[in-house]
Amino acid sequence: MKRVAICAVAQHRCETDIWYKRFQGMLLDILEDIQLQTGFDFNEETGVHNIVTVSDDVFDARTISDNGITDVVGAHYRGEEKMAQEGLNALVYAAASILSGHDDVVYVTGHCKESQSESRNVCTNLAYDPFYGRPMGLDYLNVAALQARAYVEKSGLTPRQMAEVVVRARRWGVRNPYANATGQVEEGEVMASPLVCDPLRKLHIYPVSDGAAGFLLASEERAREFTDDPVWITGFGTCMDSYFLGDRDLTGNFALKKAAHRAYKRAGIEDPKQSVDLVELTDCYAYQQPLWLEGLGLCADGEGPAFMDAAGPARYNVNLSGGMLTGNPLMIGGLYRAAEAVLQLKGEAGEHQADHVKTAVVQSSTGGAGQFHTVLVLEA
Amino acid sequence: MGKRNRNVGIIGIGQTEYSSHKEDQNQPEMVNQAVRRGLADAGIGLDQVDCIIHGNMELFEMVHQPDMWHVLGSGAYGKEQLRITTGGTTGATLVCAADNLVASGVYDVVMAIGLEKLQEGNTTGGITNMADPLWFRNLQTGALSGTAASKVIDEFGADRSKRAAMNYRITMDKHACLNPRAHRRLGLEYDQIESLMASSPRLVGELQLIHMCSQSDGACVMIFASEEKAKALSDKPVWIRDHITVHREESYNIYGLEVPETTHHYAAQALFKRNGIPNPLEYFDVFEMYDPSAWWGLDWIREFLLLEDDEHLKLMEEGALKMDGKLPLNPSGGVTASNPIGATAMLRAAEAALQVRGDAGGHQIQKDVKHALASGFGGTMWTVLIMLEKELGWQEVDHG
Repeated sequence: MKRVAICAVAQHRCETDIWYKRFQGMLLDILEDIQLQTGFDFNEETGVHNIVTVSDDVFDARTISDNGITDVVGAHYRGEEKMAQEGLNALVYAAASILSGHDDVVYVTGHCKESQSESRNVCTNLAYDPFYGRPMGLDYLNVAALQARAYVEKSGLTPRQMAEVVVRARRWGVRNPYANATGQVEEGEVMASPLVCDPLRKLHIYPVSDGAAGFLLASEERAREFTDDPVWITGFGTCMDSYFLGDRDLTGNFALKKAAHRAYKRAGIEDPKQSVDLVELTDCYAYQQPLWLEGLGLCADGEGPAFMDAAGPARYNVNLSGGMLTGNPLMIGGLYRAAEAVLQLKGEAGEHQADHVKTAVVQSSTGGAGQFHTVLVLEA
Repeated sequence: MGKRNRNVGIIGIGQTEYSSHKEDQNQPEMVNQAVRRGLADAGIGLDQVDCIIHGNMELFEMVHQPDMWHVLGSGAYGKEQLRITTGGTTGATLVCAADNLVASGVYDVVMAIGLEKLQEGNTTGGITNMADPLWFRNLQTGALSGTAASKVIDEFGADRSKRAAMNYRITMDKHACLNPRAHRRLGLEYDQIESLMASSPRLVGELQLIHMCSQSDGACVMIFASEEKAKALSDKPVWIRDHITVHREESYNIYGLEVPETTHHYAAQALFKRNGIPNPLEYFDVFEMYDPSAWWGLDWIREFLLLEDDEHLKLMEEGALKMDGKLPLNPSGGVTASNPIGATAMLRAAEAALQVRGDAGGHQIQKDVKHALASGFGGTMWTVLIMLEKELGWQEVDHG
């Protein structure tokens, strides 16, 4: 596929409860940040005509959750389309819109305030069908615990290895000004933190977070109007797995493998082990980091724990942002992952900047236990 | 806006029947029925679909990320999938998005699925929840609004306006009666105008129950393909010429009395200008409009067709919008007949495409349909406008 430029990114600092600012205010901050960086506007002839937003009706408790944000995303008398799915898909769709020729500059922005609901598990319980799953109390947390147990059985992942994922995430999160849970923790603290949903302990689980993020995308022809050093979307892929847990191989990465294969193929990547310099993945729970690394083809099936022990995450610069474990909200975790990868590719990641990053892979998942996956390839 | 990367054709359409309740189907089963019909219409198998795009409103059925569950019927297993929603416009947005995805060159065949099962939730409660919880939620009355009626009455007087609105409603019902899939087919007659004006319960101001759209269950599927694939797979693909989306911020304006330009008018002007169509009333052969009530439908004819003064009322009074009129409006019966919200705006494009193909069955208009217009409405007065063509090569056509 032809490449599409990311000209700028903006992230709102994540906090557990941004009670002092409505999501409209957060989105306005993001818009102004991107406009300051790029000088883009909504001019009828040359400006942005279409905005792709990300939000969720259930998390916002608003039908048509995008109707309260028209003005602060610049959509007054302009187009706006809401990705009602994990945020990384908004970048996929915006890139396709630019490749179609229908748009040449697209503004992408998303918000989610997990603090607004009494529990995010109440929201994700509603993702289960009203006949079987919902009355049983399924939600994304306890379904993840089932996946974690299956992965422990398959791969031999130990409590110590799970704790190491969290310790490493916090070590990087401390350096990321947009992360939420930034305090350093020790291995013993993680292993002794309260058991929430066996085998998941409190510190294995991404903290409740509020956040917002934004991107300006442009065609190759127009990118230099907005930035001197665009980052390129060179490939993307998505895939849906089946629904009922009993119909799925919870540790086989069926959907992630297909999504990654599609993304690599479009980006012209034959061997990700050779080509990938940096990975930002959506590790809502600690065990998912080794599991998703298997799915991305960076290590063999069931070899995630050994890969961790052999410093695989360091070699591939996995989640130098701190990842989900240092706190981004569901729905837009993928946007934070992509924003971090863009900063790394531009060399603007500050204290957590990696060396020699040319190709980055960004992954997000949604649905229980990663029913759906999205993979994006970014290049400097 | 740049040049279209490649042309996109509609090669398959599948609809369920629409009804107030589908007790015999759950959501994935209802989706599956439309998917099977869409694939059969296109004459292709699921293996030929590269990507699926899905849309409905979460709070109407109270299901979070419903595409996860609907995979049991949608055929998305192992496939690429996106989910985009924009309120009432969702179905039309899915058409635009599918067009973009295919035109991008990344996907050759994309299937769009719009649905709603309003029986399973509280629709008016759900719509009321769209309003800001601090400022407007205690004022919002779902989708029920008397403002369109009072606006028309202010301009043209009560008697003429009320007759025109009821005339509109009866015309839509007559069209619906020709469409076996339509939800409400009441058998209204034009000699009932006065008795309906007197007897139908008032909802808000001059908006009466009979004027208002339905609350329906149903699903619609459309399959889109690149020009090359569309020509290979279909005898009569319908081409997407262009589309535009125009949103506006929340409609309650406490700062002044000035009436802002409608998004319908703004969209129509911009779309027709860039496509060189000075007179849409002459150009288009059929118009499928998202008409949430007879009053809105009546008022919006003027906005979409860029008419002036009482030209739209005259079209109504002269019968120009009937099946055999100058510009047939909603041969399907429109939204006052059938309204499964996440599918409703897609139905406009689907029904317009069926008219272009000549495959609308009992509600097929008799003249040759070359150029079709379809509109979506949603959110806080949002518009999506889509132009369909029977033949490629419109760039060369002299639109007179």
